[in-house]
Amino acid sequence: MTAIQVRGLRKSYQDHVAVAGIDLEVAQGEVFALLGPNGAGKTTTVEILEGHRGRDAGEVAVLGQDPATGTSAWRARLGIVLQTATDAAQLSVLETVRHFAKYYPRPRNVDDVIDLCGLTEKANARVKSLSGGQRRRLDVALGIIGTPDLVFLDEPTTGFDPEARRQFWGLIEKLAADGTTVLLTTHYLDEAEALANRVAVLARGRIVAEGTPGTLGGRATAEAIVRWTDHNGPHEVRTATPTALVREMSGNGELNGLTVTRPSLEDVYLNLVGDEK
Amino acid sequence: MSTVALGLARGGIEVKQFFRSREQAVFTFAFPLLILTLLGSIFNRAYEGTGVTAAQVFTASMVGAGIISTSFVNLTISVAADRENGTLMRLRGTPLSAVSYFMGKIVLVAVASLGQAILVLGIGALLYDVHLPTSLDKWLTFGWVFVLAVVSCSMLGIATSAIARSGQGAAAVANVPYVGLQFISGVYVGPITTLPVGMVTVASFFPIKWVCQGFRSVFLPDAMAKWEMAGTWELGRTAAVLGAWSVAGLVLCLLTFRWTSNRT
Repeated sequence: MTAIQVRGLRKSYQDHVAVAGIDLEVAQGEVFALLGPNGAGKTTTVEILEGHRGRDAGEVAVLGQDPATGTSAWRARLGIVLQTATDAAQLSVLETVRHFAKYYPRPRNVDDVIDLCGLTEKANARVKSLSGGQRRRLDVALGIIGTPDLVFLDEPTTGFDPEARRQFWGLIEKLAADGTTVLLTTHYLDEAEALANRVAVLARGRIVAEGTPGTLGGRATAEAIVRWTDHNGPHEVRTATPTALVREMSGNGELNGLTVTRPSLEDVYLNLVGDEK
Repeated sequence: MSTVALGLARGGIEVKQFFRSREQAVFTFAFPLLILTLLGSIFNRAYEGTGVTAAQVFTASMVGAGIISTSFVNLTISVAADRENGTLMRLRGTPLSAVSYFMGKIVLVAVASLGQAILVLGIGALLYDVHLPTSLDKWLTFGWVFVLAVVSCSMLGIATSAIARSGQGAAAVANVPYVGLQFISGVYVGPITTLPVGMVTVASFFPIKWVCQGFRSVFLPDAMAKWEMAGTWELGRTAAVLGAWSVAGLVLCLLTFRWTSNRT
């Protein structure tokens, strides 16, 4: 069962082409990451899928419905996590989550959601007093209170400190473990690698690569670099068969400073995005 | 929950937020009270043969002007602020209908307006010896004028917020017509018959003149009707104009309402 199906999606603003023909398929229960530099069309794509923006061409089905004509019952199955809202400043965390729970036909338990998002200690604090990371976790709480089948997270950890990011990732992992489909956009590669089952790289409105984080852009089969040091100094060899190389070299005993590296997701990504420019 | 139940739930949190953000509450309430206290103390003329003072007439008009501040001005600003701070963006992603959101705003305005009316009448009673009517008839008139004023001016406030690009800009967008119309509707300069006829004709197309006239009919003796343009309270026409604006306001709201500030 597919949660999101997109064919030939296009969207332009005046002369600027934001999305230049995208095909996308996200299975139910999958955590899917859209990667790409600023201006690649990530946010436009997500806003079209959320039903917040119209499109020029293409077929889109989100949970089986066209977002352009999304009904209230359809929206009840989505969770949209905002990234820049400063609303509800004067309400407490508990008041806010409890109020939003009323909008949905099958809400989660309010206390459970607050606990899941790590806000139990802040339940009675005014929203305006929350730190940036706490505020974003409240955004997630409001995004998941309605027991959504599909959650949209648009650059959720921008501006987080490393510890807050780790906590946030833990939260997303818990959501995914419950079977919730997650569509994530990010420009942090480690985030995509840590969370996503599959990633697609967007550049200039097109998908330039798609796959699991481990195999993206031929990463798994790319030549590895083997480095070691002996009495002649440091060595560096590129090879498609690093295992054989290491077996052969290690006949002479322990190799000092041995490393075998594959291109990182970042190397692959920069390559892909760079090709497009 | 139904659209109506959700509208009431929205109303509950709107009221909470309004009174907790003191700047907005104080700004909304204080302006009409300040004007009432200042101008009321300057007006000391009495209307011949009626025993009614200019300050009492002014108080009755300010009940109306106060409600328009808490409805029209307040909503223009608060809906623009909701658009700016992400409230509307978030609501748009939920199953909540726009109608429930509007209803929540109207509940807020009704509560705030009732508070405003009580404060204005309290100051009037304290400083200017304004007497509250004792007949049920007058209170019925108060009731329908109040409801029509709240509904029509709330709708117009929500519609006007679409013009404002930011919460701050919205204060100017709302206050310019509000203050201007108060002048040409005879709120500050009374009786209204002393104003140029052309001015009052323009004012007659808008709600303020009729709202204030309606409240003068409630809080002043009937002998005062001769200082109205028509020489009577014209309650039928008041109901017709305010009813028409309520419907027109709703239509404008539905035509112009935007969830977000981006235009594509």
